[in-house]
Amino acid sequence: MGQPNSDPAGQYVTNPPRDLPTRRGTELAMLGFASFIVTAAFMLVEANQEQELSFAILWYGLAYMAILTVAHLAVRKWAPYADPLILPCVALLNGLGLVMIYRIDLARAEKALQAGREFSANAPKQVMWTVIALALFLAVLIIIKDHRTLTRYAYTFGLVGIIALALPALLPSSLSEVNGAKVWLKLGIFSIQPGEFAKILLMIFFASFLVSKRDLFMAAGKRVLGIELPRARDLGPILIAAVACLGILVFEKDLGTSLLFFGVVLMMLYVATERIIWVVVGLSLFAVGALIAFQLFTHVKTRVANWLDPFADPTGDGFQIVQALFGLGTGGIGGTGLGAGRPEMVPESSTDFITAAIGEELGFIGLCAILMVYLILAMRGMRSALAVRDTFGKLLGGGLSFAIVMQLFVIVGGVTKLIPMTGITTPFLSYGGSSLLANYILVALLLRISDAARRPQTSAKPRPQQQAPLAEAHTVMVERPK
Amino acid sequence: MNTPLRRVGVTMLVMLLLLLVNATYVQFIKAEDYRTDPHNARVLLDEYSRQRGKIIAASNGQVLAGIEPTDDKYKFLRTYPGGAMYAPVTGFYSIRYGAGGMERAQDEVLNGSDPRLFVRRLSDMVTGRDPRGGNVALTINPAVQKAAYEGMTKKGYTGALVALDPKTGEILAMVSTPSYDPSALASHDGKEQEKAWTEFDADEKKPMLNRAISETYPPGSTFKIVTTAAALEDGMKPDSEVTTAANVKLPGTNADLENFGGATCQGNTLKDALAYSCNTAFAEIAGGLGKDKLTETAEKFGIGQTDLTVPMRVAPSGLGDLAGKPQLYQSGIGQRDVRLTPLQVALLSAGVANGGTVMKPQLIKSLLAQDLSEMEKFSPEELTDDPAMSASNAGVLKDMMLASEANTKGGGKNDALKIASKTGTAEHGSDPKATPPHAWYTAFAPADDPKIALAVIVESGGDRGLAATGGTVAAEIGRSAIAAALGGG
Repeated sequence: MGQPNSDPAGQYVTNPPRDLPTRRGTELAMLGFASFIVTAAFMLVEANQEQELSFAILWYGLAYMAILTVAHLAVRKWAPYADPLILPCVALLNGLGLVMIYRIDLARAEKALQAGREFSANAPKQVMWTVIALALFLAVLIIIKDHRTLTRYAYTFGLVGIIALALPALLPSSLSEVNGAKVWLKLGIFSIQPGEFAKILLMIFFASFLVSKRDLFMAAGKRVLGIELPRARDLGPILIAAVACLGILVFEKDLGTSLLFFGVVLMMLYVATERIIWVVVGLSLFAVGALIAFQLFTHVKTRVANWLDPFADPTGDGFQIVQALFGLGTGGIGGTGLGAGRPEMVPESSTDFITAAIGEELGFIGLCAILMVYLILAMRGMRSALAVRDTFGKLLGGGLSFAIVMQLFVIVGGVTKLIPMTGITTPFLSYGGSSLLANYILVALLLRISDAARRPQTSAKPRPQQQAPLAEAHTVMVERPK
Repeated sequence: MNTPLRRVGVTMLVMLLLLLVNATYVQFIKAEDYRTDPHNARVLLDEYSRQRGKIIAASNGQVLAGIEPTDDKYKFLRTYPGGAMYAPVTGFYSIRYGAGGMERAQDEVLNGSDPRLFVRRLSDMVTGRDPRGGNVALTINPAVQKAAYEGMTKKGYTGALVALDPKTGEILAMVSTPSYDPSALASHDGKEQEKAWTEFDADEKKPMLNRAISETYPPGSTFKIVTTAAALEDGMKPDSEVTTAANVKLPGTNADLENFGGATCQGNTLKDALAYSCNTAFAEIAGGLGKDKLTETAEKFGIGQTDLTVPMRVAPSGLGDLAGKPQLYQSGIGQRDVRLTPLQVALLSAGVANGGTVMKPQLIKSLLAQDLSEMEKFSPEELTDDPAMSASNAGVLKDMMLASEANTKGGGKNDALKIASKTGTAEHGSDPKATPPHAWYTAFAPADDPKIALAVIVESGGDRGLAATGGTVAAEIGRSAIAAALGGG
């Protein structure tokens, strides 16, 4: 700073309080843009399916806009300084997911009609789930006024997370198994995947735990082969948690979530300790673990074999991935056009393989655009993490942002045959209640952190005024009490 | 903590980059492979949603296989206005069961993938229209087809009729009964398709078999045309003397070969033998000619050709075993191992009608582009390198067949038609005497300027059982088809 000015307090106010723009107007404009794209996409689907514009899309469109409006108003009220791009990115992804689910519904309905089967549409359910997700989103924004309060319940969250993760493994298959994956909780008419929620709970736990033990990780401990290891009792909880997660997930045959957890834990450990050696150790352990899993589990072997050469058994084990590749290849660069492809030929096209459906109808260009929206979303989250002042916020924000990209990498990499296919949802795009609810909670937390990051500092707590030493103190005129 | 966070940010970028690079590989470099992979059902579905070309009758433009826009995902429905009557000509086109007959033989033109349609497709691409297929114009004469089909189905006959223009080889009618309605197989309703297919497939009368070209039968006495032609070429004359015996012993065996009904023949000349279809005479003639001469003439009529297409594949006709005299005796009257398709029998008459030269049968008149401009026109070709017989011998044989017609019973006689014909009553089965014979009739007309040559077969005696003869069962149908061709124009 320049010359000390006459105001004695001035030297402490390096960043004088000013009205930071909240950028809510930007957010509204971007939301408008997103809803324009989604509405246009709905119309394209209808046009290409050669149907009369039906009331269905009017109802979907209105529901979608209503959800956006409520979310926007909520952010205006409860997180006014939040990053203006996060919500529009989510809205666009959610909306395009809804369009694709609706579009696949049309195809499924026709198939069902031809075969004389019963058919239940997914799109209305997805709208319902979005509404519930919005309620949770609001709840998180309202209840958690400061993300730092989460640290108080870190161990509770950790415990609940582990239990939620373990529950499907412990329950009988009749209550927990759908299509071979034992990751569900069937509660009467609807079922949820507790693992999706455990993802967030455990991230909060890890962030809080790592922050509190950060100094220990960085300093205390013995040196083994040049690596400074923390003391076992400090490392213990995190190791137990990580091993428990992975063990349970292997037991539940949910490789995708397993991979996601592993990646996120490793990333958080690295960020907390600032030591790349953790990543090296982690990846080595992963390599060993993967090798063992490959030897032990036939389903892992099958996945790897399908990845190496899906065309070895194009109508059997390799069917899904081969169909996904056909869809992507048929789409080519420009895609077949929304509603003009045959995404229903790929099994599970509404859930795990929704990016194959997008790649077919919107082509390489559309798929890239979607990936870019994810990247913007995650990067805005990462930016908030960088800007937020507390280490817990940094770690949690970074973890949540990375989780989005990690999940995307695992599923899109699987669908496009970059890595072996592991069943996992595509955040916001895929049909599925649990995923949508959990990811809306995740976004609410990200918004909370970004709100904290951009909120003017001084408005929170006035800094205590430092008293100047008595000898140097100015003479202060004090009025005589009357 | 910000430094590692930034690095994680870079890692995220790298992960996205990997996904993008891989997507480029899949959707750009490998796209063509995936798109055209035979396992990719989209290729097939796309083809079924394309506006397929029509199959029409060239003579009057009648649509035999048409196309109708629909609201469902396949966009176009294949229609067969002629139904079962034209099924042996059109074949079928089914989403679930593929294509058969002409639909399969000319699939590339009909679905638009023929290279000659490329220029047209290019403009379709520019104008944004869905690519369409080209059209196939057939030589079929609907009047003849109708007369023949109705003649066969009126009495519920199982059999076939093929009629062609002897001068060009153009097929005027190709009927096979019982037939099937290809419309049911073209349905967009999967259940309906399946039901129809199962029904046709389970039917023991095999309605989907094109008997006119895909099935071979013992030709019976119609084969005597070949034997006569060989004999004439060998120097025999119509008035050469032949045996009139009621039966002859097969040389070197105790088996008898007898005339129809065990009667002696009327008349002792070659001409009489053909007119009255004398078995013993022709057995001896065949035995006298020997294997080589008989085979040679048969080959010149096209018998033994294995690669004939119209453009559907025609089952090869053959003489079978002619090793010794007994075999020659029996084969000379179209029995034993002689097996001809109805088309081949029609070609026997056509050869005689065309002065000894057998023309290659063809069903396609021309291939048309999407805008009905002509893409390829088929011109008449000779079936074999050499004529089956000299023109003068063909004239002699024609007169003999005129005499044969005069002796042939059956309905539909009309002196104005000037038909030259030969009937056949072919024994078959493991117990020929107790199995109703196949009734044959092959003819051409008008005798002095032939416009149509045909063959009719009614399997297993039609409605007359053991008493059936070519004349009583098959001739009437052949005559009505001739009348339709000559009367209707």
